[in-house]
Amino acid sequence: MMGTLTAASGPSLDLDASLTIALSKGRIFDATLPLLAQAGIRPLDDPETSRKLILQTSNPLVKLVIIRASDVPTYCQYGAADLGVAGKDVLLEHGGEGLYEPLDLRIGCCRLMVAGPPQPPSPPSGRLRIATKYVKSAERYYAAKGQQVEIIKLYGSMELAPLVGLADLIVDLVESGNTLKANGLVPLEHIADISSRLVVNKAAWKMKHAAVSALLGVLRQAVADIH
Amino acid sequence: MDEERWLLPTGIEEILPPQAQVLESLRRDLLDLYRGWGYELVIPPFIDYLDSLLTGTGQDLDLQTFKLTDQLSGRLLGVRADMTPQVARIDAHHLRRDTPTRLCYLGTVLHTRADGFAGTRSPYQIGAEIFGHAGIESEVEILRLISETLSAAGISGCYLDLGHVGVFRGLARQAGLTAPQEHALFDALQRKAIPEIETLVAGCGLPAATADMLIALADLNGDDALTRAASALRLAAPAVQHAVDDLGRLAAALHDWLPDVSIHYDLAELRGYRYKTGAVFAAFVPGWGLEIARGGRYDDIGRVFGRARPAVGFSTDLKGLLRLGSRRAAPTPAIYAPWSSDPALLAQIQRLRQAGERVIAALPAGGAAAAPTAARTPQELGCDRHLIQGAAGWEIQVLDEI
Repeated sequence: MMGTLTAASGPSLDLDASLTIALSKGRIFDATLPLLAQAGIRPLDDPETSRKLILQTSNPLVKLVIIRASDVPTYCQYGAADLGVAGKDVLLEHGGEGLYEPLDLRIGCCRLMVAGPPQPPSPPSGRLRIATKYVKSAERYYAAKGQQVEIIKLYGSMELAPLVGLADLIVDLVESGNTLKANGLVPLEHIADISSRLVVNKAAWKMKHAAVSALLGVLRQAVADIH
Repeated sequence: MDEERWLLPTGIEEILPPQAQVLESLRRDLLDLYRGWGYELVIPPFIDYLDSLLTGTGQDLDLQTFKLTDQLSGRLLGVRADMTPQVARIDAHHLRRDTPTRLCYLGTVLHTRADGFAGTRSPYQIGAEIFGHAGIESEVEILRLISETLSAAGISGCYLDLGHVGVFRGLARQAGLTAPQEHALFDALQRKAIPEIETLVAGCGLPAATADMLIALADLNGDDALTRAASALRLAAPAVQHAVDDLGRLAAALHDWLPDVSIHYDLAELRGYRYKTGAVFAAFVPGWGLEIARGGRYDDIGRVFGRARPAVGFSTDLKGLLRLGSRRAAPTPAIYAPWSSDPALLAQIQRLRQAGERVIAALPAGGAAAAPTAARTPQELGCDRHLIQGAAGWEIQVLDEI
């Protein structure tokens, strides 16, 4: 399980190229910082209090861009950022095309699950209606089960959908299960284990290979040290 | 709807002045370049039988190809999404030569889905192929031609990325992977998703040595990849060793032929895995997150058209080169001529035009009473000189700045 990480940061990484790292605010940002600190990379501003979207760091060659989690693969795919941290849930939806995802950072861990009322709907006469933000993952999962379902794309508060009759079941990320419980739902089927991955733009991997592999090496070690 | 008649479909663009002129001059220069290297131009059709477009290289292109039904034959037609299969057909079926054949081609292709940044669905593909030569020399020539093509477009500092599909193909065969296993592993390798690769390999129940080599593949990239491959893949089947040796020989040759180009090796890079048979390569330039030219060896491509010949080639998108290159429109000042049928004037205009000058005839104001046009000044038309009748006939005089 999670070990303790010393607050002291590692020696500053000697890079031969500038690197831009895309992160999303909140949980991923907070969990990534201790890992980056092992490479001597600390942001000079706090994204929670600063309105800046580009944060300089203690390493003049490294900057962080703060974007929405679901935009991280796009920024990295097209090279607007060299590296990024993206949840596997986001990568499954994006398709991960044009990206490398060499390292499981083992942060932001949760499960992608089917959830619904404790008494699952009896096999309905028509198709099951599934409300989810994760349309592609849900489609793939039910296709693999050989079940034709109707997917309803929602952007949030999936738990509400079965309560108001919008859907029979939901496909959503489950961490503790408390939100489900509070709404009278239970997790039913496990689809995938989710954690955050380090993603790398392909061109950056080729053209800034020394810098990217140096950072990758430190992060890999930092993850191994914790677990 | 009526207000949006000007709108173009997503990913379809029109090129306006002065960019169109820049594109055209680049197009001419590149065709001249390839001609100078002995590449013969071929012009395949824009539309073709789908069977023909999708054989060989084609399976990868199925989703990318626009399809329609031929009203004459009832067969399915496709709008080409890649010209390479067409050029292979020309070599294998029509030319049927026994000597090495160098062909180049250029034209618009159409994709159902945009696969690049800023999402064009109609790249202006330009490329060159060598058929009938199996050695690394033809690969060196194609890589040199990529480098020349990029320089001609004013793109400097390019990186070449080199791999070889024989490494993974040989390892998969050695491990006895089933087709679904091979496909899943291929997919994970393309993403260098090391955690997934480890899980997949573990699930295949392979001997430790084979499993280790498949896992090592994702890490065999960088300047020293070939050196590390020698030890990491020492227990691999002869086919794998041959592939690594091939790449080593190519690397040594490039050291002499392209000493100034940065080369990155990546043994897990498998672009076009299904139809490539040897080296695969791509070109990258700093400041652009996607590859700008790609190619490789695909020796089997002609088989479905009657004759399998060794083949190696590359292609790129002319519009992409224009965007990344330093070519800009240079203003070419013109000469303003009055509207007159005076034979002496017409003869002078013809002389000037033949000498390469742009001569623009004045269109007087007026025209139809219903829609009178205003005269435009010579300067508005881009003229810096004009023709006036002097003592010795029609003379060129510099126009004053306004």
